[in-house]
Amino acid sequence: MQKHLLAAGLLTLALPAMAETPVLTVLTYDSFTSEWGPGPAVEKAFEETCACDLRFVPAGDGAALLARIQLEGAASDADVVLGLDTSLTGAASATQLFAPHGKNPALNLPVDYADPLFLPFDWGWFAFVYDKTKVTEPPKSFEALAASDLKIVIQDPRSSTPGLGLLLWVKAAYGDRAGEVWKALSDNIVTVTPGWSEAYGLFLEGEADMVLSYTTSPAYHLIAESDDSKAAALFDEGHYMQIEVAGKLAATDQPELADKFLDFTLTDAFQSALPQTNWMYPAVTPASGLPEGFDSFRPAKSLLMTPEEAQAARDPALAEWQAALAR
Amino acid sequence: MASRARPLTLAAPALAALLLALVAAPLAAVGWRGAGLSLGPADWAAVRFSVTQAILSAVFSTLLAIPVARALARRRFTGRTALITLMGAPFLLPAVVAVLGLLAVFGRSGLLNQLLIALGLPPISIYGLHGVVLAHIFLNLPLATRMILQAWLALPSERIRLAQSLGFGPGETFRHLERPMLREVLPGVALVILVICLTSFAVVITLGGGPSATTIELAIYQAVRFEFDLGKAAALAGVQLALGTGAALAAWFLTRPAGFGAGLDRELRLTAFGGWRLWGDAVALTAAGLFLALPLAAVLLRGVPGLADLPASVLPAAGRSILVALASALLTTTTALTLALAAARRSRPLIEAAATLPLATSGLVLGTGLFLLIQPLAPPTTLALPVTILVNVALSLPYLYRILLPETRALHEDYGRLADSLSLQGWPRLRWLVLPRLARPLGFGAGIAAALSMGDLGVIALFAGEHQATLPLVVSQLTGAYRMEAAASAALILVTLSFALFWAFDAGGRRAAA
Repeated sequence: MQKHLLAAGLLTLALPAMAETPVLTVLTYDSFTSEWGPGPAVEKAFEETCACDLRFVPAGDGAALLARIQLEGAASDADVVLGLDTSLTGAASATQLFAPHGKNPALNLPVDYADPLFLPFDWGWFAFVYDKTKVTEPPKSFEALAASDLKIVIQDPRSSTPGLGLLLWVKAAYGDRAGEVWKALSDNIVTVTPGWSEAYGLFLEGEADMVLSYTTSPAYHLIAESDDSKAAALFDEGHYMQIEVAGKLAATDQPELADKFLDFTLTDAFQSALPQTNWMYPAVTPASGLPEGFDSFRPAKSLLMTPEEAQAARDPALAEWQAALAR
Repeated sequence: MASRARPLTLAAPALAALLLALVAAPLAAVGWRGAGLSLGPADWAAVRFSVTQAILSAVFSTLLAIPVARALARRRFTGRTALITLMGAPFLLPAVVAVLGLLAVFGRSGLLNQLLIALGLPPISIYGLHGVVLAHIFLNLPLATRMILQAWLALPSERIRLAQSLGFGPGETFRHLERPMLREVLPGVALVILVICLTSFAVVITLGGGPSATTIELAIYQAVRFEFDLGKAAALAGVQLALGTGAALAAWFLTRPAGFGAGLDRELRLTAFGGWRLWGDAVALTAAGLFLALPLAAVLLRGVPGLADLPASVLPAAGRSILVALASALLTTTTALTLALAAARRSRPLIEAAATLPLATSGLVLGTGLFLLIQPLAPPTTLALPVTILVNVALSLPYLYRILLPETRALHEDYGRLADSLSLQGWPRLRWLVLPRLARPLGFGAGIAAALSMGDLGVIALFAGEHQATLPLVVSQLTGAYRMEAAASAALILVTLSFALFWAFDAGGRRAAA
């Protein structure tokens, strides 16, 4: 009997406390929430200020995130989606599941970017990464790459966002000549992998001279492994960008908290956690500046399609790619 | 007759129906959410390539396994047990780990090409259809060998003695003993491999070399993730299931019971013919051993350096994976035994279908469908581990069923009438007849189920909450964050744990049978 009383007493104490702590659910990609991703630091910093419980729900990668949101529809528990990228925002807007953020922050992006539904939190340039000790004269364009004997490994645009990024890159740089460029590149391609990690793994194992990755990839090796042998080849055509964005779901039951979190994503506490966990450029350069190696490979020209252009270009570009590489 | 077998006759169809529902309901849920079931020319190209590579992989894996299994059956040598145990390993590797291991041997800068260049020969490329088939042989040859060896070892010693006293040479031995045995076991082996390869995804894309190497599973990925065309995903998954069903029917028609009858279980091995056959066996064993061991050694070497500084989350993830594996192994073994015992009495198409179709389901459609079904009832993350266990049971059941079925059939033929006439039923029959006689395949099967469940990744990715990652998920997260060295080490731990579980069950079964 006494035990029951005690339990009841504890319950009455606990219930109000639980009711007072609102929960903000943020759907994001796996590597954001992992122990070595930005998630843990971000969660701690936000919970210090918000009087709430921030919960990250991991859902695969960027493309899986969008599928997940569409699967869950308006019934989703999530309040904010973090980690869609600019090749997906067109499709994401079309779902009508997102609410306008109503913000107009100053951002350190090399291009003008404003989307009523999505706020950038980090970004990067796609680039071919190589080993300086093995490749002494890196190509300066896709055409030079195609003319060389260099072997590359790329990602499949049908299953991976970097793969899709490369498809849009060639399209943005060459327009109608894209099919021709792919044809010329076909004998350089060792293989096409389902995702970024398989391609990068093959490159590190010596299966290819270059791999499609980001201009910031060499910085990872420099900072985490004290290895300065990796470099990114800078192309004269310019480099296609990937901008990662966050958006508030229209069906959220915590709209204020969601807004507060979106504001928080552009503060120093959030932004300074990104470079050395996500290995991307922060959308707002933190007061502490950028880490070593982030200024080593800066393309002169940035390429980016609008979400509508990217969405419209995808299917024809995919058909072109398949036709050019079919042997 | 009917009354005596009642518990089994009721349990088996119920389990079979449950399994079929587990395959069909998610597919229906996905199809129902989609609009229209249309497939384009690119999808049919994917279907064609999937089928071609799966048939080639199944045929080569099965044919190459025969000489290896025969050599293991009729020779005794130091390291034989170790080699048989090694046969469990490649099959358990996560696809990406296996590919990296193979590339260390067959890749552009792999051992083989270094050797060729040193000899002044032109290097070879692994990328293309031949590379896909090679990788599938690497992954499935051991499984095929073990399944065929199992059948070789089950030849009654009385028949072998009779053959020996009649002075059978290699030709007669093959015709009267080995051919009927192979006729019974090969269709099932080829079927399992064909269906696994049909749904293979990462191996095919990575080693295929270009977009023409496309599988149905990739088309499903594209439909779900980039196009959110669930109707198309369901249609593709339906095609995959239909192909799996066709293969299962073909195997069912091709299988002929060998009908050797019962023996007294005396240990007697086949005549170990000498001459060139000894050399043939030696070559088969050496080639298979090297082919399997070199890539495995590469996996081991890649994993060792990073072991010292693995992230802390590896440990709890490993714990969760072991839990999932043990639960799956227990459930799968029980279910498979029930089904195989029921199917041994007479041919049961319902059971046959239920025990094959899960293999041909698309992991992504299964996960997506379960997600759609569960979401209105409960937050999916709260059910992450139970759902993972359930899916693992469905996906590993076909292997166990194939392993157990020839044995339960023989058991029924040889001891069924005797046990019936003694009214040995229910638990005593299981305790005194079934379990002792099937200890070896049950141990092997439970080992396979446990190890497969350790390596499974497909479904957990959709359901896992913040602190629910299993070891394969952690490996994939590490590779996604540049941490290839840590990922290689975590993969090594994953492989070691899978292998340890497999070995424990397998050796346990063999000990109990001895």
